[in-house]
Amino acid sequence: MTKPAQMTSHDATLADDTVSHEHHEHHIPKGLMRWVLTTNHKDIGTLYLWFAFIMFLVGGAMAMVIRAELFQPGLQIVEPNFFNQMTTVHGLIMVFGAVMPAFTGLANWLIPMMIGAPDMALPRMNNWSFWILPFAFAILLGSLFMEGGGPAFGWTFYAPLSTTYSNDSTALFVFSVHIMGISSIMGAINVIVTIFNMRAPGMTWMKMPLFVWTWLITAFLLIAVMPVLAGAVTMVLTDKFFGTSFFDAAGGGDPVMFQHIFWFFGHPEVYIMILPAFGIISQIIPTFARKPLFGYASMVYATASIALLSFIVWAHHMFTTGMPVYMEMFFMFATMLISVPTGVKVFNWVATMWRGSMSFEVPMLFALAFIVLFTIGGLSGLMLAITPVDFQYHDTYFVVAHFHYVLVTGAIFSIMAAVYYWVPKWTGRMFNITLAKWHFWCSLVSVNVLFFPMHFVGLAGMPRRIPDYSLQFADFNQWISIGGFAFGLSQLIFLTVVIQACRKQGEPVSDQVWDGAHGLEWEIPSPAPYHTFETPPVVK
Amino acid sequence: MASGVTNNTMVIRLVVIVFGMFGFGFALVPLYDVFCDVTGINGKTANTAAVYQPSTIDKSRTITVEFLTRTHTGMPWEFQAKTKRIKVHPGELNTVQFYVRNPMRTDYVAQAIPSVSPGQAALYLNKTECFCFNQQPLSAGGEALMPMSFYVDPQLPEDITFFTVQYTLFDVTARAATMDVNDNPYLQRSGG
Repeated sequence: MTKPAQMTSHDATLADDTVSHEHHEHHIPKGLMRWVLTTNHKDIGTLYLWFAFIMFLVGGAMAMVIRAELFQPGLQIVEPNFFNQMTTVHGLIMVFGAVMPAFTGLANWLIPMMIGAPDMALPRMNNWSFWILPFAFAILLGSLFMEGGGPAFGWTFYAPLSTTYSNDSTALFVFSVHIMGISSIMGAINVIVTIFNMRAPGMTWMKMPLFVWTWLITAFLLIAVMPVLAGAVTMVLTDKFFGTSFFDAAGGGDPVMFQHIFWFFGHPEVYIMILPAFGIISQIIPTFARKPLFGYASMVYATASIALLSFIVWAHHMFTTGMPVYMEMFFMFATMLISVPTGVKVFNWVATMWRGSMSFEVPMLFALAFIVLFTIGGLSGLMLAITPVDFQYHDTYFVVAHFHYVLVTGAIFSIMAAVYYWVPKWTGRMFNITLAKWHFWCSLVSVNVLFFPMHFVGLAGMPRRIPDYSLQFADFNQWISIGGFAFGLSQLIFLTVVIQACRKQGEPVSDQVWDGAHGLEWEIPSPAPYHTFETPPVVK
Repeated sequence: MASGVTNNTMVIRLVVIVFGMFGFGFALVPLYDVFCDVTGINGKTANTAAVYQPSTIDKSRTITVEFLTRTHTGMPWEFQAKTKRIKVHPGELNTVQFYVRNPMRTDYVAQAIPSVSPGQAALYLNKTECFCFNQQPLSAGGEALMPMSFYVDPQLPEDITFFTVQYTLFDVTARAATMDVNDNPYLQRSGG
């Protein structure tokens, strides 16, 4: 039986490593240019994570504008056109600016340390793939200040909203998405080459930690669908500015085809945002249950199955476009099939904890919240998959509740769990546990006040992306907004904890940090030296 | 544990996949049309004339065909089906008329786009002549009576007894700027 969580490297190798660490300490460049020119996977991981955090706060501020406007029925704070820009750019920033870069940052920090590699395989490309991102988001945010405002057609930029009915800032939107796509693709190529070519001797495929496995599969999804997104935005660009008719019926095109192409990208994209989360949870649960992960091989196969199935379910986003019944049936059943491998994963996490010697450190709290709340999001997803009822739920707050449960309490909670789990390894100090627990409990309560009532207003018919609503939704919307403000403020606690950690406040930690943690990254010194595994460890 | 393939080779292969998938995004456009043509699920009819072969007319079945007209947002023409609804036998050739008028002071070029519901019926609707095959110019104030001749394929599935053909008129003046506005074969009265 393979026990991926219990790999040990040779003691002699570790000693070598400590020596080389001291030797290299003097060569770390200082100042701003260290960060601009760096090719070190740890530096780039840090850059990605900080960038994602800043974008998380920027996108969160936009969500606050949305919730402030929806605090009461009627229009009081912002114009509808600005409201639409906020919903659009909030979505784009959270998807492409917060969740995806955060996962890439974690991949940069952790994959080389987990597989015993000295760095990523393509360090210069790694530098590029990060440094084009700030430009992409500067362009996107800059477009908000153009005459007529930035993109206001929803993050899904359906044609003809993004072609016929958009303003000239659409060109900036298209270019920024192109740059984000190129960045993600370069990051994905780097992950694949690193995992294929740089594993330490003895690190066979089925010994790789699950975070590495889920990222490998995610990277393949990225190179498969990000180019399709690039194609879709290119078609929008040429339709709008160069007279093509991909999505214009008058010229022989078809607006529904936009949705097919977009969701062919869009559905694998949602798994791009959740598979690394599955990997993180699969690292954390065994540590604090003090048992090896239950069903390692089935976790790998379940991840691969989810990735493959994600290519044949896209039209479940389009049940109300007038598809024939047999196609709706196909997409309904294919979608429901995904709950089988996902169920395998949830089962395995629960089985890992079963009769484990559990303790409830902060990363474990987030991981447990992830399992419960992500499952709620998964169940509302199953409800949405049922074609006949989707006609009622389509484009209501029920959908908003669904995808925020899987993305906020799913992806983002997993990222927070990952930060709390690995930050002592990165800084060599334990974070402020009291504040971190405050962050967890405030986030847990407020996020449910924020998103749970959305199920009810959605079922009652409140449409999404509209700045006003009927009077009967007023009470629930006040609760939702209060939950939203509380959740937003709770993240400032997180910011405080992270800043304290980066300033190396707190108690020094051991190399293993958590007494149940196993894997190569827990065998190197804390904080992780600038250069690790220059001599590959031997994995037994 | 190297895979036996150098980093450079692997990068080249992955970049090929990336460009391949970029191309695939564009290949989805014709694939989508072909798929819809074959299965008829999009309700699109052929945009070239069918040739009518007088064959057996199936008098035992009567199909009701309904014609709907609408103009796309921003298209100012009046557009009406002279025949709102017609009962036909499969295999029988019929002609219906559509009336258009350009009430504006400028010339316009229009393109009609058909949509059949249920979509499957589109496969069995054969048009021998249709104003929707071409762009239709009309000068300011002009009006025209535009014919559409069709027959229903006797292979039409038994469960379809009624279907709707909807034409949406789009303003394509901007992209057809060089067209002669009096060059309309269906013209009744030229404006101006």
